[in-house]
Amino acid sequence: MKKSPFEIISNELIAKNIYRMRLSGDTSAISAAGQFVNIELPGFFLRRPISVCDAEGDMLTLIYKVVGTGTEFMRELTPGQSLDLMTGLGNGFDISGEFKRPMLLGGGAGAAPLYLLAKKLCETGKNPEVVLGFNSADEVFLSRDFASLGCETIITTADGSTGIKGFAPDGAAVFHTMPDYIFCCGPKPMLRAVYDAFDLPGQYSFEERMGCGFGACMGCSMMTSEGAKRVCRDGPVFKREVLIWD
Amino acid sequence: MGLNVNLAGLELSNPVIPASGTFGFGYEFAELYDINILGSIALKGTTLAPRFGNPTPRIAECTSGMINSVGLQNPGIDAVISEEIPKLARFYTKPVIANISGFSQDEYVTCCQKANAVKEIGAVELNISCPNVHNGGMSFGTSADCAFELTKAVKKVLSKPLFVKLSPNVTDIASIAKACEEAGADGISLINTLLGMRIDLKTRKPVIANKKGGFSGPAIFPVALRMVYEVYEAVKIPIIGMGGVTSARDVIEMMLAGANAVQVGAANLIDPYACRDIIYSLPEEMEKLGIKNITDIIGGAH
Repeated sequence: MKKSPFEIISNELIAKNIYRMRLSGDTSAISAAGQFVNIELPGFFLRRPISVCDAEGDMLTLIYKVVGTGTEFMRELTPGQSLDLMTGLGNGFDISGEFKRPMLLGGGAGAAPLYLLAKKLCETGKNPEVVLGFNSADEVFLSRDFASLGCETIITTADGSTGIKGFAPDGAAVFHTMPDYIFCCGPKPMLRAVYDAFDLPGQYSFEERMGCGFGACMGCSMMTSEGAKRVCRDGPVFKREVLIWD
Repeated sequence: MGLNVNLAGLELSNPVIPASGTFGFGYEFAELYDINILGSIALKGTTLAPRFGNPTPRIAECTSGMINSVGLQNPGIDAVISEEIPKLARFYTKPVIANISGFSQDEYVTCCQKANAVKEIGAVELNISCPNVHNGGMSFGTSADCAFELTKAVKKVLSKPLFVKLSPNVTDIASIAKACEEAGADGISLINTLLGMRIDLKTRKPVIANKKGGFSGPAIFPVALRMVYEVYEAVKIPIIGMGGVTSARDVIEMMLAGANAVQVGAANLIDPYACRDIIYSLPEEMEKLGIKNITDIIGGAH
């Protein structure tokens, strides 16, 4: 975990309500895909947690969905502006397991952290199959980026306006080989649907309203089979076997 | 320049203490800086049994502040003593302040008894002001009679200094502070959070799952300051002032109102270096204001 200034390099619309922000700064605290940064925004009291889409050298890429006043403010930010970031937050995905055929399933903005995960998996020769679920064609992002990493990528949309009509688990059925491991990130109903569809070991990334983002306030806790865990510190990624659904 | 203060026998190297609930059990912050510079640490609110707390979402943003409805999530006093305090002791060598909460007088007494036996604990802060739990916490702190009875009961089992942490959600905080003093409290901590709420304009429902929560942050500083000022005039025992403190200047202002030491709360959540930076800048601010020893200004505004 580190607190340091970053400079905005670009901030652009890439799909409906979805923006990609590139920043330059010290990314050395980012040690795993699936971690997040917490951004101080002038005029707002709480920081805004955003998952890391990519980090390479001093370049940090974030993809965020505009959902409220904080992200509405973020989309107006311009290159050259400086932001204070807490980096290297959360546990991130653990890719050290024995699996051979990982599948990545992302829902909406949950696709963003899976990009760095796919990149790291490809580096180890375990190119994952990727399913990205969106509501409609105008919300689709990152599909070509996963493909250029060398990942077979399936897109699903709830309204069928592009790709396979349905949700992420419906897209997974297209692949001929069965995965042996699941990595999943998205809104809670999507996580649950994937959990129910695949009786396979895997890791699920959760989101929750956070206070501090580094484990001090207990604002974002969730119950697991191993007791109460902080989504920001003990998560956001949890192994399938500890999950308890409400 | 003198930064050291005395809190009912507890010697602190400076008056800055991270407030309960905003600093966990401390060791997370040791990853960022040497936490031994802190005057003390008020540990996360602790109950007899482990608690998950309230359903999420339990955080909401406000102008210059935030609402939380964590609801005393903690692993229970036994785990705090056997696991959390030893973990903290690897990084922090000064006495800490245990923050004790409960749902019955017996529970408070049992927890205080256990805390009293722990060598790392230098004082107990009795939380009778948590707004986020039913039939506990704040219900003990909104009536002078209840506060008196509870203070008296826990005082019997404590040899360490006892600070009673008061709720601002009352009509006359000074009378409750006075009742605690009469019951034998060694000091008063104030203020806990103010009850508040936010409503999501899209869903038209409260943001917080528990609907209401405790409002904290810089927005409440003037309220906290006023209450510290009032309590200072009502009691003779030391006061730990808190509520929206974010700078060395706020610390000085709080001490002028009557605080012997100051806790920093919500500021830790947005800047984990907040306490460290306040301690670093305190001598400079004191110099600018012609303050030689920080203790010289306690209650100076009266």
